[in-house]
Amino acid sequence: MGGPSVTAAVELSGVTKRFGDVVAVDNIDLAIADGEFFAMLGPSGCGKTTTLRMIAGLEFPTEGSLQIFGDEMGTLPPNRRPVNTVFQNYALFPHMSVRENVSFGLRMQGMSKSETASRTSTLIELVQLGGMEKRKPDQLSGGQQQRVALARALVNEPKVLLLDEPLGALDLKLRQEMQDELKTLQRELGVSFVFVTHDQEEALTMSDRIAVMHEGRLLQVGSAEEIYERPSNRFVADFIGQTNLIDGTVADRDTIVLANGSKVAATTGHVAGTSVAMSLRPEAMHIGRPEDIPATHATSSLTGTVTEVNYLGVALVYRIAVDWIELEVRAPTVSEVDRLKPGETASVWWARETAQVVAD
Amino acid sequence: MTDTTTRDDSADAAAVATPELEAVNERQKRRRGLWLALPAWVYLAVFFAIPLAIVFVYSFATRNRFGGTDLSGWNLDSYRALGGDLVRAVLVRSVVLAVITTVICLVISYPFAYFMATRSTRTRNLMLVMVMIPFWTNFLVRNYAWYVILGTDGPLSTITETVGLGETRFLFTQTAVVLGLVYGFLPFMILPLYASIERIDGRLLEASRDLYATGAQSFRRVLLPLSMPGIVAGSILVFIPSLGAYVTPVILGGAKTTLLGGYIVTQFLEARNWPFGAALSSVLMIIMLGATVVYFRKGGQTL
Repeated sequence: MGGPSVTAAVELSGVTKRFGDVVAVDNIDLAIADGEFFAMLGPSGCGKTTTLRMIAGLEFPTEGSLQIFGDEMGTLPPNRRPVNTVFQNYALFPHMSVRENVSFGLRMQGMSKSETASRTSTLIELVQLGGMEKRKPDQLSGGQQQRVALARALVNEPKVLLLDEPLGALDLKLRQEMQDELKTLQRELGVSFVFVTHDQEEALTMSDRIAVMHEGRLLQVGSAEEIYERPSNRFVADFIGQTNLIDGTVADRDTIVLANGSKVAATTGHVAGTSVAMSLRPEAMHIGRPEDIPATHATSSLTGTVTEVNYLGVALVYRIAVDWIELEVRAPTVSEVDRLKPGETASVWWARETAQVVAD
Repeated sequence: MTDTTTRDDSADAAAVATPELEAVNERQKRRRGLWLALPAWVYLAVFFAIPLAIVFVYSFATRNRFGGTDLSGWNLDSYRALGGDLVRAVLVRSVVLAVITTVICLVISYPFAYFMATRSTRTRNLMLVMVMIPFWTNFLVRNYAWYVILGTDGPLSTITETVGLGETRFLFTQTAVVLGLVYGFLPFMILPLYASIERIDGRLLEASRDLYATGAQSFRRVLLPLSMPGIVAGSILVFIPSLGAYVTPVILGGAKTTLLGGYIVTQFLEARNWPFGAALSSVLMIIMLGATVVYFRKGGQTL
């Protein structure tokens, strides 16, 4: 990862967190740039939330260094760090009104009454909660609570905003709206947002860069495009979007021997004998009859039998059984007459560079 | 409904009948609850409500010359006698000791309840059992245990004498009474506090720390207000029995520190002034009831 020359907003070097015998975060190096919308993505228990909590100061690393704008955090408590958190399920103070919730941080910092009042009002307007100042959290909808949580954190003008699954509790439509709002807000404020999610679609649509985590380890950091198109290993390829993973062994630099003995061409990037998987995105494959395979793609094709065809409006999803595996192929809709039908022999081929070879 | 021509009619009838069915169902549900609660109702009526009513009625009766009670010539004499100096002294002393007891219980219990509520389930249960263990021994016996410990021949005095601090004279002082009351009622404070603290989402405290609150501010602004229902409930559960306590003050306080409970008993058993004792009891009960209602309302608001 090419680190930015300016000081990173957050920098983790060799950070490990153990809870007893459990290694929650395993030797992570990570630099988050100032003004970046950064997502930490992974299944539950992958260590993403623990990493976020360490940045917030709610946990301390067992080993390693954690810096915020060049300052070593060590065991500095959360109230002395220039970051604020939007908690999962918001953790709004139930005994305080919207206004009291939002102004809490300013009051704790001992800011003057007039300054507190004006900044609180500005933030309440910003998140469009004007007129609801006196309500208690339990009188608000999920989306409104979410906004209070945002305002409560942002009113302090943190250098980095941490968000722990902020949209997890919202229904789909609201979630999509809030995704846009968050993105707009982040661009306007120019503050780094570090955002934890298990929803890969959310991460892909919102973030400048994504860190994919699994079992406490950082597997890949990169833009949505990099991660989707050039996954660094099998887990990332499988976790991000949908893909067909075809097991095989590297024969030489340009050839993989698949499990059924057939040879396909691909840029392997691994030494001969390495067992790998070839990742083929459903939309990256072409489908046709065996005779349709272009001569140039003879070594980047597979032939099997159609088992299922699903109509999705804009696309058709074919499932094709090839000897030992089943492939999913997404192709533009064609008229019913031209469609391959279940039971028919079908071939798929792909551009060589779209096949990504990943090791375990 | 064998005739198909009447199908529409019967459908209408069913639609009309629905609210009635609901009403029947409601009534049955209510009655079911009533039957289940009946034993408790009967018990409370016979052993609580009726005796209470008798006490109340007696407070308006007249004490005759021989120390008996005449259930005639109803008057308010007993209530007038409540203004006496001795009564006031006993009342003030009782309230002061009950307040002191409640405050000490609260101060001791809060950190303990917080500690308990933030442990693992196993440790928690173990600690809960430990809090309950004293209940396995009779209250009277435990008070006599303190009597022995605090007495001039007791282990406490022996220790201070050996060390060279001289004889301790705790027994038959107000300190001994407060000590006994705190000891006896501590679990009544710990349990409701524990229950209310345990319910508080720990992330609220994290959120407050994240929003620049120090540990003390976090306690004052978040933990304390959110645990207020437990504080209110625990305080009531300690204050009320402390105010009317009988066994502990009598055993550990001796004659010099008569409290309300002991004073009332004296009216019934020694002074043989039942109407006065009954009036004292009634007033005490009404004050406590009033205080409880006010306190609970206030506690409910801070929620």
